[in-house]
Amino acid sequence: MASSKRKMNRRTAMTEIARGTGAVCLGGFSLVALIESTDRADARAIRPPGALPEDDFLAACVRCGLCVEACPYHTLSLAEWGEEAPVGTPFFTPRETPCYMCRDVPCARACPTGALDREIPSIRDADMGVAVLVGHEDCLNYKGMNCSICVRVCPIRGDAISLEPGEFNGRRIMVPTVHSSHCTGCGTCEKHCVTGHASIRVLPRDLGLGGDGRNRAGRET
Amino acid sequence: MIGRLISDNRRQSVAARGLLRSHKWWLLRRLCQISVLGLFMLGPLAGIWIARGNFGASRIAGVVTLADPYILLQGIFGGTSPALPVVTGAIIVALGYLLVGGRAYCGWVCPVNVVTDTAFWLREKTGLTRDRKLDRRTRLAILGGTLLASAVTGTVAWEFVNPVSLLQRAFITGIGLGWAIILAVFLLDLFVSRRAWCSHLCPVGAFYGVIGRASVLRVSAAGRDACTDCGACFNICPEPHVIVPALKGKGSPLILSGDCQNCGNCIDACPVDVFHMSGRLGGGAIPKPQG
Repeated sequence: MASSKRKMNRRTAMTEIARGTGAVCLGGFSLVALIESTDRADARAIRPPGALPEDDFLAACVRCGLCVEACPYHTLSLAEWGEEAPVGTPFFTPRETPCYMCRDVPCARACPTGALDREIPSIRDADMGVAVLVGHEDCLNYKGMNCSICVRVCPIRGDAISLEPGEFNGRRIMVPTVHSSHCTGCGTCEKHCVTGHASIRVLPRDLGLGGDGRNRAGRET
Repeated sequence: MIGRLISDNRRQSVAARGLLRSHKWWLLRRLCQISVLGLFMLGPLAGIWIARGNFGASRIAGVVTLADPYILLQGIFGGTSPALPVVTGAIIVALGYLLVGGRAYCGWVCPVNVVTDTAFWLREKTGLTRDRKLDRRTRLAILGGTLLASAVTGTVAWEFVNPVSLLQRAFITGIGLGWAIILAVFLLDLFVSRRAWCSHLCPVGAFYGVIGRASVLRVSAAGRDACTDCGACFNICPEPHVIVPALKGKGSPLILSGDCQNCGNCIDACPVDVFHMSGRLGGGAIPKPQG
């Protein structure tokens, strides 16, 4: 570099170091500010099966799209500038195309970085999110009909979702009930829900589940 | 017609050696850039899967995984423990850079190079000489900044803005509003500063320049005694400072700076064949007796 040929005394060396450090910090922290304002994925963007937790994912993923190209159903895409997920990272929107839960999880196996768990034993172990019945007011089952499409299309119905008898406004109804320990978040229910924006939706687990309280209370569910 | 498109920097060479010889390396580079990108586009567009993935990481012919060492390094600063394929892939690429020069990526593969070369050409054609001088070490500061930001945020920081990644993805999977950033780079190079992006700001090139410093393949100014001081090589070179010691010095005629892209612009532009592509080991001597 040009600087190394300049005659260096202690003062110029110190100045150069200070200038360099200043420039690195300026560039670095500008970038930090930008990232902090954009790096959280929208709740509508669901990560592929086997994805690391979001914070770890963003350091591991190299945005190569090998998972996208491995998906036989064109479910996944790399986020373009302005889309829901941080630019370049893989995601899918269940309402458009859900994950079809390939047994051999080709997307995760194709990942060269470990951002997706290459050794995931089965798609049943995937945790893309959890389906949540978010729209009681519009859900046809709550309106006394026997729609139950979300239950019937579920690839692991019975385990991940079932109809439980309940009562609403004094009438007996069958409530589509998600069992979060089995639900993989594939989004097939969200895809096929007949209501306007889907009354059942896949959400990241921290948004979709209430979580344990500080004290154990109530019956096991 | 073609005459009006020719860059002024190549004009003397065209007069002395013909159109083709004064664009040889330029043609080869464009061909290389198009084929590399094309290979990645064949899969999604035509279902011919020779190269999967993109420049970030790829699987070539289902046999070998390649990966970008700079992205991996940022990931490691961001705290990831990478899986084996991405590590070996990055090592293979880094070794490749030791062979052909790290910044050969810039001249021969990177699609942004086409954008900035076009801006440079247009700048010359339109007589825009306004030049806000930037320090070329700025890119090293940005490089340091990206590693710092990766460590602070726990992400691959530069990938949130990197126009290099955005543009290659534009052709493979899509770019969206990212065109705005590409346009910004183009306008910066056209109106603000000569070769601003690639030669002063881009941390990707800066990183490859650092790791490709010991490259075997180098341009040699072996014919420097014939130099007529016309300045064509300096004017066309994206990193003019690299030429000085080889052309005007008393030592080795090899261009040894890590900043050199091995793009061959100087070879193309020189009307008297001062430069040729050479190996570091041969000491840069002229390969065959001149006829």
